[in-house]
Amino acid sequence: MTCAAPISAGSAETLARGLGWFSIALGALELAAPRTLADTLGMKDREHLIAGYGAREIATGVGILAASDPAPWIWARVGGDVLDFGTLAAGLSTENPRRGSVFVALATVMTVAGLDVFCAQSLAMNRRVAGQRPRQDYSRRSGWPQPPAAMRGAARDFDVPRDMRTPDALRPYPPN
Amino acid sequence: MRALVWHGKHDIRCDTVPDPAIEQPRDAIVKVTACAICGSDLHLYDGFMPGMKNGDIMGHEFMGEVVEVGSENHRLKKGDRVVVPFTIICGECDQCKRGYFSVCERSNRNKEMADKVFGHATAGLFGYTHLTGGYPGGQAEYVRVPCADASAVKIPDGLTDEQVLFLGDIFPTGWQAAVQCDIEPTDTVAIWGAGPVGQFAIRSAVLLGAKQVVAIDHVPERLDMARAGGAITINFDEESVLERLKELTHGKGPEKCIDAVGLEAHATRSIDSLYDRAKQAVMLETDRPHVLREMMYVCRPAGTLSVPGVYGGLLDKIPFGAFMNKGLTMRTGQTHVNRWTDDLLRRIQEGQIDPSFVITHRVGLEEGPGMYKTFRDKQDGCIKVVLRP
Ligand SMILES: NC(=O)c1ccc[n+]([C@@H]2O[C@H](COP(=O)([O-])OP(=O)(O)OC[C@H]3O[C@@H](n4cnc5c(N)ncnc54)[C@H](O)[C@@H]3O)[C@@H](O)[C@H]2O)c1
Ligand SMILES: [Zn+2]
Ligand SMILES: [Zn+2]
Repeated sequence: MTCAAPISAGSAETLARGLGWFSIALGALELAAPRTLADTLGMKDREHLIAGYGAREIATGVGILAASDPAPWIWARVGGDVLDFGTLAAGLSTENPRRGSVFVALATVMTVAGLDVFCAQSLAMNRRVAGQRPRQDYSRRSGWPQPPAAMRGAARDFDVPRDMRTPDALRPYPPN
Repeated sequence: MRALVWHGKHDIRCDTVPDPAIEQPRDAIVKVTACAICGSDLHLYDGFMPGMKNGDIMGHEFMGEVVEVGSENHRLKKGDRVVVPFTIICGECDQCKRGYFSVCERSNRNKEMADKVFGHATAGLFGYTHLTGGYPGGQAEYVRVPCADASAVKIPDGLTDEQVLFLGDIFPTGWQAAVQCDIEPTDTVAIWGAGPVGQFAIRSAVLLGAKQVVAIDHVPERLDMARAGGAITINFDEESVLERLKELTHGKGPEKCIDAVGLEAHATRSIDSLYDRAKQAVMLETDRPHVLREMMYVCRPAGTLSVPGVYGGLLDKIPFGAFMNKGLTMRTGQTHVNRWTDDLLRRIQEGQIDPSFVITHRVGLEEGPGMYKTFRDKQDGCIKVVLRP
């Protein structure tokens, strides 16, 4: 069954890049100010964990931006979202005076997780659609009257202008 | 008349605009019968080249029929069929006399602005930013051709539009890219980019007698077409370009390298691609020179780099140490189209090559805006689009 992807391949890649930069920015924040974040969430003992998550965010961000196929890295983000969700959920206990902030953080994580899943699926669907499209056959489009082997050197009659010649010293040795 | 008009990044529309008129005595007005979208147009579409203004008419690959000539244009007459090179040339200045047409000293009417940006102004170009004169382009029903007596190439009967259209840009561009390599029968020529320019560079390198031609890209249809022209291909998504090139040259590296990609080089699985995207995003770098880096690194010492791929501004992390210590030579520039047209027209007439092999899409002008996207995204097997106004 062919089903059209919800957004074009180009848009899916743009969204992926956006998520990559978001990862890096969030990761940098988590690495730079884990204590402030932990305080805000009322989870003081989680400072090191937050810094660790920061490193994870940066790594996935770089992966998304550097890979020729960002899809696996976007799925890695989804995995990270699950971890974030679990960690935050623990902060929802009634004893936490900062429950409000935790709620906001959870809502944000869920929204971004939704985007991550949407992006990963769009990338996959576009790939599938591209794979299904019959490939145009250009294997006989040489532009020549004869096969390449017969055309090799057909223009050796051409005199390379003086300004574009290789200096003698740089020519193959012995000169042929 | 109708024309494809630039309104901003990713915003090209088919608008109705005023017809052009003769302005200078050497002008001609050409009624366009066929025109094409070039990889260079994509740099404008994607907003990478500075100097475009809302309302500029796009296009620099076109041909047609002369419908009006200025009073001092004695070479052309009404009814002549011509291909118009994308470089506007006076034919009389020092550079034109030496055959360096793309740096004609007189045809750029925005000389002062260009002097500031590049140190010296280069030739006027059709439909290609105000840095090169801001001349209305050829993706239109009619075009004013300045100094038409110097540049327009008259087409003899018996050849179709599609056979000769590319004499105005991509065929001479691929040809000059190969000629600049001064190919020896023992040479391996590696060509980055199997777009239209790359395809003609491949054909030219084979015709000029290279021992081995290697084409690098990642679009399967383009690699198929490259193989049809006699190239060995490397898909950079699937294999390491540097390793394969070394393997194909017994560790020595290709003698000649051609960059037919330019400033929008695609990210490959490499850290430098990421670095370029980051710097471009914060505007510390304008171009993505991944291909230049690869060429400098892999080219055989004392070899030649030929760069038809277009760059616009500032490049970063160029391994100039490798370039200098290996004693490489680099030749580059917009193509001196008129230097090659007579010879290439003869080769087409003699049947040595039929440039229409590269055309994959034929549409009317109204469908042009959509085709920019199809061509940019390499959808639907798109390699070269011809528009019929
Ligand atoms: N010097 C001139 O006078 C002149 C004239 C015409 C075009 N150009 C320039 O030549 C270049 C190519 O033009 P085109 O019409 O063939 O454009 P194109 O966009 O169709 O082709 C570029 C090709 O390069 C490939 N590519 C991208 N990144 C790559 C990488 N890292 N390694 C290898 N291949 C890669 C793309 O997949 C694409 O197939 C453009 O920069 C264009 O502006 C220059
Ligand atoms: Zn062009
Ligand atoms: Zn001149």
